[in-house]
Amino acid sequence: MKLEVIDLGLVDYLEAWDVQKDTLAKVINNDLDSALILCRHYPVVTLGRAASRKSLRLGEELIREKGIKLYNIERGGDATYHGPGQLTVYPVLNLGYFKKDIHWFLRELESLIISSLADLNLPVSRVEGFTGAWIGNKKIASIGIAIKHWVTYHGLSINIKKDDLANFGLIRPCGMDIKVTSLEEELGRQVSVEEVRSSLLNKFSGRLGNN
Amino acid sequence: MVNVILPELGEGITKATVSYWFFKVGEKVKEKDDLVELTTDKATFNLPSPCSGVLSEILHSEGESVEVGQVLALIDNT
Repeated sequence: MKLEVIDLGLVDYLEAWDVQKDTLAKVINNDLDSALILCRHYPVVTLGRAASRKSLRLGEELIREKGIKLYNIERGGDATYHGPGQLTVYPVLNLGYFKKDIHWFLRELESLIISSLADLNLPVSRVEGFTGAWIGNKKIASIGIAIKHWVTYHGLSINIKKDDLANFGLIRPCGMDIKVTSLEEELGRQVSVEEVRSSLLNKFSGRLGNN
Repeated sequence: MVNVILPELGEGITKATVSYWFFKVGEKVKEKDDLVELTTDKATFNLPSPCSGVLSEILHSEGESVEVGQVLALIDNT
């Protein structure tokens, strides 16, 4: 199986969404084995299928007035925020090559995040029953996926820059009153997106790129 | 009549919530069309139609929880 890497850089949410849907169609039709879409988003709040009115701390209009876009999307999970200080990754993988098991895939994404961040000397763990990656009771990476014909889309994002965290205050991340943190905050130094990108890419190719 | 059954979605996953029906009762569906979207934990899963025909009955509407193996809908393929 060949894993194609599509790096979109800093991109508007809708533009990346179109790339996801286009790539998804190619993988479903077997025109492409699998792909990994990497990007950073301009500020946006997305609401997954589990989201409700309680997911937002601020009215939709007020969020939009701040220049932050807001979309209802087809992934699982509740509300989340994406910004330029995060690395967002959309694995478009045919689970037929691996294991047709949603639970397995979510745990696999968690493992990939945990081992990537361990390379940066950051001890991250999973919390039973709460998908994502955590440092103590603070969330550093979020996961929300969708599956069509056993091909995955949507995915994960890792908080890297500390100045991008304030916008999480607009929502209740994952519908809960949880704290979020970033790599910069935890490591006490500047962290480049490139550092995280190359570590994550290594792990992805190692674990999922050779089937 | 063909039963649309909630398939195995993964180890330890015993149920899912119906989050969206792509068709209404009485509408024609084609095999492999997205028929219903199900949600479990942090994932949504689109279940394709097992055959072509007319969606004759929906047994679980949006928001309802369904167990693996349960019938979600009936498709008239005659």
